[in-house]
Amino acid sequence: MLTLTSPFETPLHRVPAGVKLAALAGLSVGLFSLQSLWMVLAATVGLALLYLSFGLGFARFGAAMLRPLWPFFLVLGLWHLWLGEWAAGLLIGARMLVAVGLANLVTMTTRLDDMIAVVERAAAPLARLGMQPRVLAVAIALVIRFTPVLMDKAQQLGQAWRARSAQRVNWRIVLPISLMALDDADRVAEAIRARGGL
Amino acid sequence: MEKNVTYIALFAALIAVLGLVPQISLASGVPITAQSLGVMLCGTVLGAKRGGLAVLLFVGLVALGLPLLSGGRGGLGVFSSPTVGFVIGFPVAAFVAGLVVEKTRAAIGLAAFAGALVGGVLVLYLFGITGMALVLGKSWPAASLLVGAYIPGDLIKAAMAGFITQGLAKLRPEAVLSRA
Repeated sequence: MLTLTSPFETPLHRVPAGVKLAALAGLSVGLFSLQSLWMVLAATVGLALLYLSFGLGFARFGAAMLRPLWPFFLVLGLWHLWLGEWAAGLLIGARMLVAVGLANLVTMTTRLDDMIAVVERAAAPLARLGMQPRVLAVAIALVIRFTPVLMDKAQQLGQAWRARSAQRVNWRIVLPISLMALDDADRVAEAIRARGGL
Repeated sequence: MEKNVTYIALFAALIAVLGLVPQISLASGVPITAQSLGVMLCGTVLGAKRGGLAVLLFVGLVALGLPLLSGGRGGLGVFSSPTVGFVIGFPVAAFVAGLVVEKTRAAIGLAAFAGALVGGVLVLYLFGITGMALVLGKSWPAASLLVGAYIPGDLIKAAMAGFITQGLAKLRPEAVLSRA
């Protein structure tokens, strides 16, 4: 399945995932303790330059990942212009932009396998509570494998609907999609048990 | 054991699929994202514990960088953005929805509707509005104004969750674990 990892290689790709996650946590806490508008704006410019230093293609990919934020910038802008507190609005908006941009940077430069490895290491102590890391790994693998499978089946159901009905596909299609998920779960459970179980 | 894991994993995949399928529209033709419907169904069909875990698995995979949220969003940036409260509230919403179905004796469809309403709308919006208020630096009432427009759609989805859970209970009574 497609992940959000950037195809453009950067030096950050080679930094261990755990280090990047720890740095992200530290920087995010630091960012929210910044109260000066100028420092937050400096951080915004710095982050933009960092993205650009990894190449134009990478920066464009990064900008696309920030697109879902625009309605919130619009709301913040209108709100604070109306109140006449534009500096406060700019501070909140810029801080949000940097926080999301930093987090996206970790996602874009870390491969899924490396992220899963960090999770498995972090979950290892849970084995003493009866939660086997292997079970978690199987569950993650199943979701990654079955999301596209279920998606294909859902699309086939949609086509079958359109072939037989003049009505547009509506929410009722969720019932057979859910049914397929339930039946697949039963079959996969049987298959795992047949192979010796978890 | 195997069945628990596969039910949890397949329902996590179901939430992703419902967020990515573009073809679902209300009777009026207004397109909606069915992702929160998936969250409700996890609770009403799988019950509190398994449903909550299924959604937790889904949210975990989003954090790891899979673009599974509606509109293909995902990654760690989601947890710094104004919608963070909804994502964090998802597992709790499914848990509460499942709890309502497990603890009430009403007919399954009605219980699922009630569960989806309490968990998938009330609890989810409490989390969602709180997250938005914190990230955008607004008061709670102001943040609730921003998301208020989405509440009617989610009320409709709660009704859909009721009908779908009822349908599943009729077709696969043994698979509706919230009442098994």
